[in-house]
Amino acid sequence: MTRRRFVLARGRFWTGLLPWAWMLLFFALPFALIVKVSLSTPELAIPPYVPPFVMEPGELLPHFRPDFTSYRRLHDEVLALGTPAADLQYLSAWGGSLLLAALTTLLCLLIGYPFAYHIARSREAARNTLLMLVMLPFWTSFLLRVYAWMVLLDSSELGLINRLLLAAGLVDAPLQLLYNQGAVLVGMVYSYLPFMVLPLYANLVKLDQRLLEAAADLGARPWTTFLRVTLPLSRRGIVAGAMLVFIPAVGEFVIPDLLGGGDVLMIGRRIWEDFGPNQDWPMAAAVAVTMVLVLLAPIVLLHRHGRANGDDGEAGP
Amino acid sequence: MSVRSRPGATAWLLAVYAFLYVPILCLIVFSFTAGEITTQLDGFSLRWYAELARDEELIGAVLLSLRVGALAATAAVVVGTAAAFVLARFGRYPGSAAFAGMTTAPMVMPEVVIGLSLVLLFTHPLFASLGGRGVAAIWAAHTTLCTAYVTVLVQSRLREMDRSLEEAALDLGCPPFKVFFVITVPVIAPALLAGWLLAFTLSMDDFVLAAMLSDPGSTTLPVLVFARLHHGLKPEINALATVIVVLVSLAVVVANRAMLSAQRKRAAALRHAAGISPTAAPTVTLSSPDMRR
Repeated sequence: MTRRRFVLARGRFWTGLLPWAWMLLFFALPFALIVKVSLSTPELAIPPYVPPFVMEPGELLPHFRPDFTSYRRLHDEVLALGTPAADLQYLSAWGGSLLLAALTTLLCLLIGYPFAYHIARSREAARNTLLMLVMLPFWTSFLLRVYAWMVLLDSSELGLINRLLLAAGLVDAPLQLLYNQGAVLVGMVYSYLPFMVLPLYANLVKLDQRLLEAAADLGARPWTTFLRVTLPLSRRGIVAGAMLVFIPAVGEFVIPDLLGGGDVLMIGRRIWEDFGPNQDWPMAAAVAVTMVLVLLAPIVLLHRHGRANGDDGEAGP
Repeated sequence: MSVRSRPGATAWLLAVYAFLYVPILCLIVFSFTAGEITTQLDGFSLRWYAELARDEELIGAVLLSLRVGALAATAAVVVGTAAAFVLARFGRYPGSAAFAGMTTAPMVMPEVVIGLSLVLLFTHPLFASLGGRGVAAIWAAHTTLCTAYVTVLVQSRLREMDRSLEEAALDLGCPPFKVFFVITVPVIAPALLAGWLLAFTLSMDDFVLAAMLSDPGSTTLPVLVFARLHHGLKPEINALATVIVVLVSLAVVVANRAMLSAQRKRAAALRHAAGISPTAAPTVTLSSPDMRR
């Protein structure tokens, strides 16, 4: 018995070694580095920061001298909130991101819920094909799907929608459709819709039809049945879908960069700019740390939620 | 009591499918233009497909993306399967919660944050001397991201599979290592294949990680496309999109067919084995592993 247990423990060690080592090296360690760099001082060097650890001569261990400048900038913006003419670069980017992500999530839910519901209620033979048609755009290139919207929304008289509007005589001059918040929102909803539909479908397809029939037999109108039976029972699908859309949407960089103008501020874009053109890595790292902290809250909540309800797994594509 | 075939439902489905597909169809239609403008059909020609075939920079990027995708997907399946095994079979041990968190976190983390953290790793003096940014760094980043997805897929398959086969083999004295390769792997093979394909697509499609970790010699397809989108639109991109859409559609349809027929075969075999009427098609209920623990 002891020998068997020993063998088991050894097997565990060797099986676990690779994934543990990989995740520590490429996930945990880089994450610790983000925290370290966020406490560093920017410097024209390669890499462009001075670490917060200072080696004093004659000492065995380095001293920890954190530089809180980056966090202080964020903090100062929070303090300056409400004062007129305050330069709120980061806070407004945060606001823009949260707002756009929330709107994206809401629109995806409003479009995706009836959509997933009707797929789940369609003939069993058709469901598979209908679902595959939702997945298909997801498998094709993400960038090229955003490009499609650049072509559609183009603001010159050559833009596809503008040409239709001009030809129909609805407008006299081409509309400014691209490079604004609306274009970004359309692009985000378009890109993230499948992430909302799949968990909703996985949830709705399991809904017990007899409950709906019972409600109808007891005299509930279809709308009442929906509000009091279907909707509460699909809560978990809604939560999962909302998380899958909201979290990546907050950090989105590509869509606002390609479809949004310079005035569309988003926090993912800020990180990208501080990291790239501005070469302020400590600032980019500090923003990344706050982003993880802000997004961690809903993730932990979701996890708890899933635990409490006995998680039934993700809707795999 | 039927809720089927209501006009409102059909209209909604059609509208959303139109929303999903009209932009893609537009790309395809205008890829056949002879002119320079991406929104105007100046006669039909395959001119832009010819340009595509001659575009060496682009072909190089495609080949690099394919290579990185295949390597990252393979590595992700290996690491992810091991991680799934640890999560599904080893129960709780000190650090198991941290491990579960680490393996799935890349899935719910904004890509910009993962990208930044890995850039910091690969530009750290220790790693910079080992090669720093470049193809290997992109491969490692993609493997880390894809491992999360593979882990989830394989883990759920491991949890629902019938463990009595494994236990029988172990009781008969088969070494655990052999049990894994002779019994477990064939049983979870569909999940491994699905995981590989998902990882491959994720890697092929990733822009953020690849852009942050690329050096001049490692331009993957999305990085190149992104750069070109900033330089103005050309129908050549439409031609590229058309090729990708056609290839992906074919692959998805074939994979879907294969999966369905495999499912049907399995159901038929089970019916046959159980000797029950075909009308009572069994959903494959296997004894839940939680019951036994």
